[in-house]
Amino acid sequence: MSDVRLSPGAEARLTEIRAAAEAAVDKPAALGPDIDITRFRTVSEADTIASLDSLERQVKETVLLSGFTADETERSASYFQMDRTPIYERVQKAFDDAIEIMSTEEALKLYGEEMLEKYWWRAVDPGKDKYTAIVALHQTEGYFIRIKAGRKVEKPIQACLFVSESDVSQNVHNVIIVEDGAEANVITGCNIHTDVKEGLHAGISEFYVGRGAKLTFTMVHNWAEDFSVRPRTGIVVEEDGVYINNYVLLKPVKSIQAFPVAKLVGDRSTAVFNSIVYGLKDSVIDLGSETQLIGEGTRSEAVARTVSMDRSTVYSRGRLIGRTNTCKAHLDCRGIVQSAESTQWAIPDLASEGAPGAELSHEAAISPIAAEEIYYLMTRGLPKDEAVSMITRGFVSIDIPGLPDVLRKQIDKAIEETSKEAM
Amino acid sequence: MSSEQAAPLLRIEDLHVSVGERDILRGVDLTIEEGETHVLLGPNGGGKSTLLNTIVGIPGYRVTQGRIVFKGVDLAGLEIDERARLGIGIAFQRPPAVRGVRLRQMLEVAARSELTPDTVADLDETLSLGHMLDRDVNMGFSGGEAKRSEMAQLLAQMPDLALFDEPESGVDLDNIAVVGGAMNSLLKGEERISERRRAGLIITHTGHILEFVNADVGHVLYNGRLACKGNPLDLIEEISSHGYDKCVECALCQTFA
Ligand SMILES: Nc1ncnc2c1ncn2[C@@H]1O[C@H](COP(=O)(O)OP(=O)(O)O)[C@@H](O)[C@H]1O
Ligand SMILES: [Mg+2]
Repeated sequence: MSDVRLSPGAEARLTEIRAAAEAAVDKPAALGPDIDITRFRTVSEADTIASLDSLERQVKETVLLSGFTADETERSASYFQMDRTPIYERVQKAFDDAIEIMSTEEALKLYGEEMLEKYWWRAVDPGKDKYTAIVALHQTEGYFIRIKAGRKVEKPIQACLFVSESDVSQNVHNVIIVEDGAEANVITGCNIHTDVKEGLHAGISEFYVGRGAKLTFTMVHNWAEDFSVRPRTGIVVEEDGVYINNYVLLKPVKSIQAFPVAKLVGDRSTAVFNSIVYGLKDSVIDLGSETQLIGEGTRSEAVARTVSMDRSTVYSRGRLIGRTNTCKAHLDCRGIVQSAESTQWAIPDLASEGAPGAELSHEAAISPIAAEEIYYLMTRGLPKDEAVSMITRGFVSIDIPGLPDVLRKQIDKAIEETSKEAM
Repeated sequence: MSSEQAAPLLRIEDLHVSVGERDILRGVDLTIEEGETHVLLGPNGGGKSTLLNTIVGIPGYRVTQGRIVFKGVDLAGLEIDERARLGIGIAFQRPPAVRGVRLRQMLEVAARSELTPDTVADLDETLSLGHMLDRDVNMGFSGGEAKRSEMAQLLAQMPDLALFDEPESGVDLDNIAVVGGAMNSLLKGEERISERRRAGLIITHTGHILEFVNADVGHVLYNGRLACKGNPLDLIEEISSHGYDKCVECALCQTFA
């Protein structure tokens, strides 16, 4: 950033961010196991590529599991970051004037003043904990995506953050701006190379959904048994805006803790969180979302389906905070524990703050698959293990209205792969 | 007929079944030959569903004495799915809803991946499945829808022995006709009488279903046993005018007591 000349106001803002982060470098997160982050060095540079086809075959196969395809005919734009380097950024010709895609450091160079004023650390507090601090102080890129006002981009935009080395931390800061009246589907995959063992991914994501705009954000996580993940996400939705968050975790992880916060500031704005989580092996998973219903007539829904196996521990949280009389929101978290060594918590949390008219509700359940459902499928000739697998797949394949077909197929495929492996 | 008769399709001998601590069936004997349709009558709570659940092998229905032999195979120790693949099918009275599993998938399972689009179209036509095909099975199905869905699954499976647990209960007259038509085509098919092979065992309270399905023999399950046997329509008539207590003593039946 040193080569960019900024106004005194912007410089002051940068100083403020830095100070807040420095004060938080040792501050553990409120939730999730604490991590000694001093053990990791930051990720290295990588070489840029001319086309996604030139990615290593194994990398291509890995990222495909999270919906990132080298075949760009089905995508409107792509961003691929290997370790700390954005190795590929491209907008398909047809969408050239509708989408901007680049690394956030490039965006800061291009739009420094605007970024600092409106989007940079505005939805997430840099002093929140040591993971926000490490990103603020030792950032290793991240993507910047902007959809221009009024442009409805149906074909998904894809972004992949890839880690190829062990014992590193990737500290990304992402920004998505969907301007007034614009629409976009963003699929992001976070993946690591099959050889990577330990490591940390700290990811800040700030999403800004403008008036009457709509962002569908789908994230498929693909980590490994010794990898830790600490995303910090803030979403701001303006009048009549819609934010839909689909999250899928089907692979083991050492620990992941995330609790994105959506602020529905605009009247009649909406936030929907759908998540499908498999707890495998020794994974410690602590996931949830918070929606603040601030504007008049705001709506929110959070649906979570959790299946835990092996020795995994899963916390499924959901928090709704109503701050206006005309808001309405619902949480629905259901879990199945499939191993005697696994633990699940379902923690719904509702608050009405000075809003006697707020309608907030939740359904939370942890229960096994009913034996009579298994028997029912068996009477049609299906062996017991296949019956259990079919019902489990049905349990997690939540109906996500408006989910683009490509994403649906992607999620179904990922679930299919997981249940095959689990058999 | 040859002197060396083939083994019956289903032979139940001296069957005793307990559920929990209670003895529900106490010595049931029943033989069903290929191509035959039998009717099972009896008072509420008498153990009719218990008998069907025991034949299909639902855990919790413990056989404490006697045996069930199907196609010459003793069913003891066989899992539900093994029995199904051997040729036993059931239409439940109140099938459970399964979230996330669509009726279409149930048909695929029942047909053992031999489900062609033509078959689905035929089933849809006979049973007016329509939008039910892509709904979660039994989730919010009306009484009639649930029965039609059960029939569709049996027609996809085409079992050699089909068990029907009160196929007409909670169903209006139009639906009874549809369900009865499906039962008839399953049991009688297009084949000539001499070639009929599939057999059925139908639990009915009202006998309405027998207006659509021709049954060969009726039985009354009473006090844990099949107390008598006779023409199904005569038995129903007798029961409706005199009740079960009298029926099992009446001269119309061949009694075993
Ligand atoms: N799964 C079960 N658990 C407990 N009791 C049962 C179960 N199934 C049947 N029973 C009991 O067994 C008896 C016979 O029931 P059932 O076979 O359903 O009779 P029917 O179908 O002739 O009305 C009843 O007393 C019923 O309560
Ligand atoms: Mg019954």
